[in-house]
Amino acid sequence: MSVITWKYASPQYFYPLAGKMIPWFSLLAVIFGAAGLWLGFFVAPTDAQQGEGYRIIFIHVGASWMSMFLYLVMAFWAGIGLSFNTRLSSMMATALAPTGAMFAFLSLWTGALWGKPMWGTWWVWDARLTSELILFFLYLGFIALQAAIDEPRRADKAGAILALVGVVNVPIIYFSVKWWNTLHQGASVSLTQAPSMAKTMLLGMLMMALCFWMYSVAVALMRVRAIMLERERHSEWVANLREVQP
Amino acid sequence: MNAFGVLSAVVRRDLLVALRRKSEVLTSLFFFVIVASLFPLGIGSEMDLLRKIAPGVLWVAALLAAMLSLNRLFANDHADGTLEQMALSPVPLGLLVSGKILAHWLVAGLPLVLIAPLLGLQYDLSPRALLVLVISLLLGTPLLSLIGAIGAALTLGVRGGGVLVSLLTLPLYIPALIFGAGAVEADISGLGAAGHLSLLAALLTLAVFFAPWATTAALKIALE
Repeated sequence: MSVITWKYASPQYFYPLAGKMIPWFSLLAVIFGAAGLWLGFFVAPTDAQQGEGYRIIFIHVGASWMSMFLYLVMAFWAGIGLSFNTRLSSMMATALAPTGAMFAFLSLWTGALWGKPMWGTWWVWDARLTSELILFFLYLGFIALQAAIDEPRRADKAGAILALVGVVNVPIIYFSVKWWNTLHQGASVSLTQAPSMAKTMLLGMLMMALCFWMYSVAVALMRVRAIMLERERHSEWVANLREVQP
Repeated sequence: MNAFGVLSAVVRRDLLVALRRKSEVLTSLFFFVIVASLFPLGIGSEMDLLRKIAPGVLWVAALLAAMLSLNRLFANDHADGTLEQMALSPVPLGLLVSGKILAHWLVAGLPLVLIAPLLGLQYDLSPRALLVLVISLLLGTPLLSLIGAIGAALTLGVRGGGVLVSLLTLPLYIPALIFGAGAVEADISGLGAAGHLSLLAALLTLAVFFAPWATTAALKIALE
């Protein structure tokens, strides 16, 4: 068991495995996305207060979740790469950053589109919006720092420290609603209380979140494969790959 | 030499180096004064408005001034090899780094705290609000030096490090800004600044504990 799993910490073995996994995760993303969008647009009832405009929640909430979750995953892999000096972990962190930044941006964008009809303004300086914006900046900082350092191993380690420092910010995002208690509505989904929304809405949101999750996995795997090829281009296993043969 | 002796030796050395280059020290201080003086010129001289924006403007100006001086923290020592000698010395690097951060605060942070009441007067703040401003800056500027040191160490010797350090540290400064400016605002509006100041102190405690450690790790990567 352990021999089989540890083997895949090496780019040489992970590369073909990742290639095999990408179609499956893409397929799952399409299935969950289709189910979530169908539930969101056709099944979920119209909200009594917010009308049809609330339906952007199906994208907004999932994107916010993924942006925070991906930062944690990125920091986790960066930390593993830093402490165990494993190349693949650091590559995974680098591969996750652009997807996380994209979801943070998507969350801000959809939040603005949702805020205009509901609050009458595109943007409010509310704690959660602001924290999401900070998270977006943290992603940009991580990407910029790694891009500025030429030597890949140093870029990995410096990025890892930045990610671990920034990870302090993610809990602040989550608890900021309780700390500052402002305009933004409370968390829509709570584990301790019964959900205050229709079951179909919750299901649609979960489907979309799963779709984003599977999409993130597929895209991160594609990107990590590209990074592996780029960094290991002088090694023998890359030279022997069928796809790089002339 | 005991830990305190090492710390004071590093602080004394860094202060001496800073005093030999007075212009660099004064630049960030004058930057603070000029930025704070520009806002009334851009916004207008209505006293009510100025009183309202004073905490935020002064804090943002202090934040930018503290950030400007960050590249001085390690860059010179890195360029002439002092930093490598420090890393090779038998004394823990974290201790030396703490000393350098303390010296940086004494040179770049403390002057801001001392001049802030004067700038606050330009914004017609009450004596009580001025006191809260000074306390909030006294708690906040060391926090800025500590967090900034991480960014300075990460961007050491990196292309375009000066701009990059702002991208890395400014988002991390935001909690300090919120609670620092919030303390003065809360005091002006009669809510009491104790809560904000306590949170600021908590952040400072956390940073004193973790920031030198993270900075040391970043420096070791840069020196590899």
